Amino acid sequence: MFRRAILFLCLLGFIGGVIFWILSAPRGLDKSLIAELKQQGAIKSEIIAKGEQIFWASGCSSCHVDKKVLQEAKTSEDEDVIKTAKLTLSGGEAFKTPFGTFYAPNISPSEQGIAHYTLRDFALALTQGVSPKRQHFYPAFPYSSYKGMEAEDITALYYFMKTLPESETPNKPHQVAFPFDLRRGLGLWMQLNFYYTGEVELVKTNPEILRGKYLVENLAHCGECHTPRDALGGLEYSRWMAGGKAFEGAEKVPNISPSETGIAGWSEEDIITGLQTGFTPEFDSFGSSMVSVQENMARLPKEDLAAIAAYLKAIPPQER
Amino acid sequence: MFRKILLAITALTFVSTLALAEDPIATRKSMMKSVGGAVKTGVGMMKGEMDYDAAKAEELLKTIQETAHNFGNYFPEDSKTGGKTTVAPAIWDDAEGFKAALAKFAGDVDAAVDAKPADLGAFKASFGKVLSNCKACHEKFRVKK
Repeated sequence: MFRRAILFLCLLGFIGGVIFWILSAPRGLDKSLIAELKQQGAIKSEIIAKGEQIFWASGCSSCHVDKKVLQEAKTSEDEDVIKTAKLTLSGGEAFKTPFGTFYAPNISPSEQGIAHYTLRDFALALTQGVSPKRQHFYPAFPYSSYKGMEAEDITALYYFMKTLPESETPNKPHQVAFPFDLRRGLGLWMQLNFYYTGEVELVKTNPEILRGKYLVENLAHCGECHTPRDALGGLEYSRWMAGGKAFEGAEKVPNISPSETGIAGWSEEDIITGLQTGFTPEFDSFGSSMVSVQENMARLPKEDLAAIAAYLKAIPPQER
Repeated sequence: MFRKILLAITALTFVSTLALAEDPIATRKSMMKSVGGAVKTGVGMMKGEMDYDAAKAEELLKTIQETAHNFGNYFPEDSKTGGKTTVAPAIWDDAEGFKAALAKFAGDVDAAVDAKPADLGAFKASFGKVLSNCKACHEKFRVKK
């Protein structure tokens, strides 16, 4: 009788324990919340994927990679190795101009780079040429073009660049002589060449040409090299894409307006093929800094390349 | 014997005069032009603009092969300027790098010729490798003028 009572109490205790265990269990996520989170995650990866497209279109890596690292990666002939090199934005490349030598900074998401940038800082840099410390950037950074970037694209690019490899390479100071070393003075340059600038007139427009206009004038910033500059380094909008002596380095830049000395002889299909393969219609290959630009362009969807081609055929022809 | 020596001397004179008369800049340009023509045919076949023809493929690859192996002989120190040349100073400043780039070019063309591509698929694979050399070299060793 006594043993039975003990057994009964034990059983009661056990049942109580099980009930306690069930009642006190920490709850998992609500099913509807899981579904919503999945959706948000998909949106985020969508943004990052879009950001990658903006990244190639904007050509960040052409100036901000370490050229030696990239050359080394290219000898491997392994696409993944090459892509990683193109995505590692350590900076260091020198740009020689009449005002001095500029060194591309580290813009990887590291302490030496732009890890501390908020989305607003990032947008301020791209659209106003101003750093988070509220200093002017030198216009070697093509904000004259990026200023027209759409908010959605800036956001996508920001989140994509957060996913890139970190590089701890320190920045090299620019070698600029007085008075150009006074950054504040750049505000005056901006008054002349940045806040109010010419508009490129188009021979005709349609949605494809307008898409091409955005890609060429704002993202790919083709005019930064292909348009001549005046003595103060301002872009000559009336000579849009006329080419000529490069402002940076010692080379000549081809005329890519639709004139006889430009690319009148190229069909739109030739332009698309050129950007995809790096070959001209005569089967000469692209060279010098255009190689890296072309390799970025080749990663864009064909519709974007077609839009670029349509735009280049719609700008006024310029004779060199 | 005398005639043989005379013949040898004549031949030698002829060859050396030829080499002297040859303008390295003009030679480089015409060599690159012949490669351009060959590439045009090759890419035409790759894009399906013309039918794949194994004999034609061999011919164009051999044209490129000849340039790839001899191109490096036409860069004497005195050919840095003139004749609208588009050489980059890096050819002489980074002579090792230029040599390596040409060696890679020659190696890729040799492999393509040896592969004797029988169909378009095989041709695309080996010819694609050959083509990658154009940009790689022009990126570093040629400037626009």
